Amino acid sequence: MTSEVLTKYPEVGRDSLIPILQDIQDVEGWLSEESLSEVGRHLNLPVSKIYGVATFYNQFRFQPKGKYHVQICRGTACHVLGSSNVQKKLEQLLKVKADETTKDGKFSLEVVACIGACGLAPVISVNGKFHAKVTPDSIKKIIKSYKSKKDD
Amino acid sequence: MIEFLKKEILSTDQDKVYNKEVEKKLQIIGKKSIDKPIIFIGTGTCGLGAGAGETADAVENYLKENDIDASIIKTGCIGLCSSEPILDIQLPGRNRISFENVSEDKVESILNNIFSLAIPPDEKVLGQFMSENSKAWEGIIPISEHAFFKPQKRIVLKNCGIIDPISIEEYIANGGYKSYLNVLKKETPENICDIVEASGLRGRGGGGFPTGKKWKFTLNTDSDQKYLICNADEGDPGAFMDRAVIEGDPHRLIEGMGIAAFGIGATKSYVYIRAEYPLAIERLKIALEQAKEYGILGKNIFDSGIDFEIKIKMGAGAFVCGEETALIHSIEGKRGMPRPRPPYPAVSGLFKKPTIINNVETLANLSYIIKNGAADFASMGTENSKGTKVFALSGKIALTGLIEVAMGTTVREVLYNIAGGIPNNKKFKSVQIGGPSGGCITEENLDIQIDYDSLLEVGAMMGSGGLVVMDEDTCMVDVAKFFMDFIQRESCGKCIPCREGTRRMLEILNDITAKPRPGEKHDALRRFKGITQLEKLGKVIQETSLCGLGQTAPNPVLSTLKWFRHEYEEHIFERTCSAQVCTELRTFSINVDNCTGCTVCAIKCPADAIIGSRKKPHFIIEDKCISCGICDDVCKFDAIIIN
Amino acid sequence: MTITVNDKIVEAKANETVLDVLTREGIKVPTLCHLKDMLPTGACRMCVVEDMDSGNLITSCSSTAYDGLNIKTHSPRVTESRKMITELLLSNHPDDCLYCVRNMNCELQNLSNDLCVTERRISGLKNKLPIDRTSASIIRDPEKCILCGRCVRVCEEVMDVACIDFVGRGNKTIVSTAFHNGLNVTSCINCGQCIAVCPTGALTEQNHFTEIKEALQDKTKTVVIQYAPAITVSIAEEFGMPYGEDVNGIMNAAIRKMGFDYVFDTSFGADLTIMEESAELVDRVLNGGKLPLITSCCPGWVKYAEQTAPDFIDNLSSCKSPAQMQGAITKSHFANTQNIKHEDIYSVSIMPCTAKKFEAQRKEMTQNGISDIDAVLTTREFVKLIKMYGIDLISLNPEIADNPLGTRSSAGKLFGATGGVAEAAIRTAYHRITGEDLIEFKIPALRCLKGRKETKVKIGDLELGVAVVNGMSNARELLDEIRNGRDDIHFIEIMACPGGCVGGGGQPINLDPEAVRKRMLTLYDIDNKDSIKASHNNPYIQKLYRDFLGEPLSEISHKLLHTHYEKRDVIL
Repeated sequence: MTSEVLTKYPEVGRDSLIPILQDIQDVEGWLSEESLSEVGRHLNLPVSKIYGVATFYNQFRFQPKGKYHVQICRGTACHVLGSSNVQKKLEQLLKVKADETTKDGKFSLEVVACIGACGLAPVISVNGKFHAKVTPDSIKKIIKSYKSKKDD
Repeated sequence: MIEFLKKEILSTDQDKVYNKEVEKKLQIIGKKSIDKPIIFIGTGTCGLGAGAGETADAVENYLKENDIDASIIKTGCIGLCSSEPILDIQLPGRNRISFENVSEDKVESILNNIFSLAIPPDEKVLGQFMSENSKAWEGIIPISEHAFFKPQKRIVLKNCGIIDPISIEEYIANGGYKSYLNVLKKETPENICDIVEASGLRGRGGGGFPTGKKWKFTLNTDSDQKYLICNADEGDPGAFMDRAVIEGDPHRLIEGMGIAAFGIGATKSYVYIRAEYPLAIERLKIALEQAKEYGILGKNIFDSGIDFEIKIKMGAGAFVCGEETALIHSIEGKRGMPRPRPPYPAVSGLFKKPTIINNVETLANLSYIIKNGAADFASMGTENSKGTKVFALSGKIALTGLIEVAMGTTVREVLYNIAGGIPNNKKFKSVQIGGPSGGCITEENLDIQIDYDSLLEVGAMMGSGGLVVMDEDTCMVDVAKFFMDFIQRESCGKCIPCREGTRRMLEILNDITAKPRPGEKHDALRRFKGITQLEKLGKVIQETSLCGLGQTAPNPVLSTLKWFRHEYEEHIFERTCSAQVCTELRTFSINVDNCTGCTVCAIKCPADAIIGSRKKPHFIIEDKCISCGICDDVCKFDAIIIN
Repeated sequence: MTITVNDKIVEAKANETVLDVLTREGIKVPTLCHLKDMLPTGACRMCVVEDMDSGNLITSCSSTAYDGLNIKTHSPRVTESRKMITELLLSNHPDDCLYCVRNMNCELQNLSNDLCVTERRISGLKNKLPIDRTSASIIRDPEKCILCGRCVRVCEEVMDVACIDFVGRGNKTIVSTAFHNGLNVTSCINCGQCIAVCPTGALTEQNHFTEIKEALQDKTKTVVIQYAPAITVSIAEEFGMPYGEDVNGIMNAAIRKMGFDYVFDTSFGADLTIMEESAELVDRVLNGGKLPLITSCCPGWVKYAEQTAPDFIDNLSSCKSPAQMQGAITKSHFANTQNIKHEDIYSVSIMPCTAKKFEAQRKEMTQNGISDIDAVLTTREFVKLIKMYGIDLISLNPEIADNPLGTRSSAGKLFGATGGVAEAAIRTAYHRITGEDLIEFKIPALRCLKGRKETKVKIGDLELGVAVVNGMSNARELLDEIRNGRDDIHFIEIMACPGGCVGGGGQPINLDPEAVRKRMLTLYDIDNKDSIKASHNNPYIQKLYRDFLGEPLSEISHKLLHTHYEKRDVIL
């Protein structure tokens, strides 16, 4: 799949590195060693440089994403309104820490700096869908609703 | 249509007076006069978060079921996040009327009533948009009279939440792109730089450097290629105005970029935007396509001989990339680590070419300045801070969202007159401005006029304009800890003071808010020394760090130390947190009357600090307790007492 | 143009950095990330000075001096900042100086000493990170790393390898390989230039002391040692003598004092290499072989070729490196003549190089499963060993090396500096083609520390194009030119390290470029004074061919002295 992504970037230079990594992660959900090496060959860049860039940015993951990717916003407004408790609760409910994926591959948890929905803090997003003004209690229900979703 | 509108962009005001036909057509395109009902739904990120998607679905179903021919327009955010979802209805010949908190279940009643020309009795109306061409709703205030909007002066946010963001037609019909084309056809780059300099516009991204002056560095540098970068990497937690502008009025940004590029002589540009803003990216992409279709972007724009292109680059999540040289490295595909300046990007930036980096809000001001002139813009604001500023209000405040006010408005006015004060009868404590680089404004400073200089005087800074309000339930030590934690995670790691210093500052703060360790002697003294160390470290980090992120990193701590030293001392000497936020300083005990001896708390306690036999009241061993609060979470009998 | 430094007016040149001015004025401003001739990164903030006009602290490495600049280099504000930055570094440092290879030779240690850090004012959690010992040459201990980035830059900008980079962000940043793999599976060419620039003990060489000491104790072993041409001109400074002084004689004596049974000079092996390589060159030139012929005596370059430039493998000379040739002769002909079983010989080499440790354990460098060389010491380790054995070098009387593998021509000695191999090869190739010796042996165009040198040499009717490069980035540039069709070069000498072996990654840690220059000049001086200036005139070389090898490129030479390299699959 990585190679398919790379065909969209013929004859490009280093400035396409981050867009390429973003595309690969979009398609594959994460960045594998194989993918990064392939990108290195494509861009004629040492793979250490690619790894260095990929590990610099929060966005890139080196573990497969869960079926439901939960992002919890830890911006100021969310913090003031109790997002640290929400995060604790999430970690407790899913039995994973931030940036990890549950064993069954169903959920992955990511802490993001600020989603920019401060007016509705605290906010989480599951597969891009926002849930506003969450509390440790409401988060239970939200997670439950995803847990009980049939495998489609 | 395209040809008509292209002509319109080029027309002057005088042309229009003589041509009623054109006027009429523009009113239709600009939705000032309509022939079928329109339902507007605010579907910015915050609207969607509040359920605007479901509301929109409900509207669609309603129209289908009732066989009503009406259009649905998804607008950006008008700024009043706490009232989302916001739904407006405009009937032919009637003023557009706006409802707040319209969840999907309310759609039917509202539409039923409005389509029969009645005001739904149980729903909250924000107001109506007054228009000379249509009839007003009785007993409904003009939206411009709404307390939230009345004191505002909207330049950047003018169209946000009102027009269809992905309709270039509507933007043009409302006077859009005229400034840009005027500039292209009639102006010289020198002139544009002069106008912008004379307007007094300063960078809205944080630094506040005079925009026109900055442009001149690039204009006066010879190069075969120059670049313009729009910084939309709004990393400051608590600020979201850039997102709102792009979601709600992307063409305003494009127009501003065109003007800036002309002013500095750039033909290529990038919008560096956070990947966390998918909706903004999507709308910007659409808007860019439309602008290309209209020939506003591309080669030889409107036969002016000028080329201009805009590319989108998505950030990948690094706060430090708000710093100019780090941002440039990121676009170049490198680690976003700042480099020493000089050379300044204005002289040697992206791909070593002269590069101007302006923030979204800065650029969104330009069409107004060109249209109304430097003097008009400079008439707003204070001595050294001209124009308006958008603020993002969040935290413990009645109305949250985005506002735009003239520079020099007082903090009190913003908090109490516009945003409705502190909810739940709580006492105001502080408002944090400028995010991780900024500081606190306290009760005694509520009457300062917000501008670049007066904020610096009280130890805060404008930053990008995030205002996070804190009440008596907020612990300022915890707030300082939050920012320190943020900044030490977001530090790029390049220079020593920022990399090592911020983590040590965080550790000291953690120590201050940590549970007292049993048997520890002189611990209060150690923590007290910690405060002195915070100040010393803070000074060295400020003075020696490589980039702006590091140089301002200690601000939240130093600011809270300055204004809330007593809170620190309370944590240190009394080992309490009166805001009840620092959980480790809480002590837990069990109310024997309520405890049923169900043993759940003892089982769940991670520290084995709870003992007791089955069906008998339990006890907490204080020395073992880590104050995590799990016992309280799991107790079904309300038997845990927290002090 | 003048600037004011500490209230005194000082001359400054246009476009000069403040740091350059201060250095010239004899004012020492501490630096950690600064590397001469490279763009400043501004990472360490150690070189801040107080700008008296703006009131700001500015970094002297990245600030250009301008007329009227007024600075203080050691105001209380400046020194307190430097001190705190140092303390911050120490707060995340293992603090195990007494157990560190770089004890007494560590920039961080010196800094904290200079800045009077005497109390632990800042403490906190330290990063816990594993040590990477996978490489045959280099050990990485990220806990000792202060993230100055010098190694990253040298590896990428000078060596064109870039097997390490900053990984992660903030205080989690470390210098590491892709995916944190062991260095052994990366594209590392083991050159050790990263060690040479590392201010602390985060990068060090693999150490073979224990094995060597055991071998010296073992009565059944004959312990043989050889030293590379650059060694005798590189250790003086470690014993308080001037840079570049040749201490060959007393060094021989010291080695014997340590208990080594035979002391040989790798320059003999260099002469041998020249015999074989010049024969190969002449053969390829006259018989239409693959050209340009590229030297293969630098193991860093050889690995680079195998993995990064496999299209040039057929251009590589099939000669083993001088040390390996010498090792092979030691365990064959020498062992036979002395009636020692080859497995009873323990062969040690002293090299200015860390890649030699890698080379010695390559399968190509074995005969019937027995390595030509058993242990490799870097110059640094050798100096340590002398000190460890309590030998007072200065008080010793000079001795000469053992024969037959201890007599050299000065051509062999030239191998220690960039251009030396080419010069030596031309001397012998000339003789091989014309049957006569050159009248003027010196080839000035190939003599200096520059990264790239080229010249044309007339040999009879032939005009031979000769190029010399050091630093793999320079090599890449040249190879690209050849890939693009350049065909006027017949012979290329490639050395990985800047300056050649005198600037090797195993040399004493010293960032002063003068040290490398002086070592090179001494080698030239030796060549001036020596009577035997060409390898084929070395009587012991002549004897070796008569008694054992026969002709250059003979069957036995091929078996012992030549090898073949192949493309190496490494994630680049």
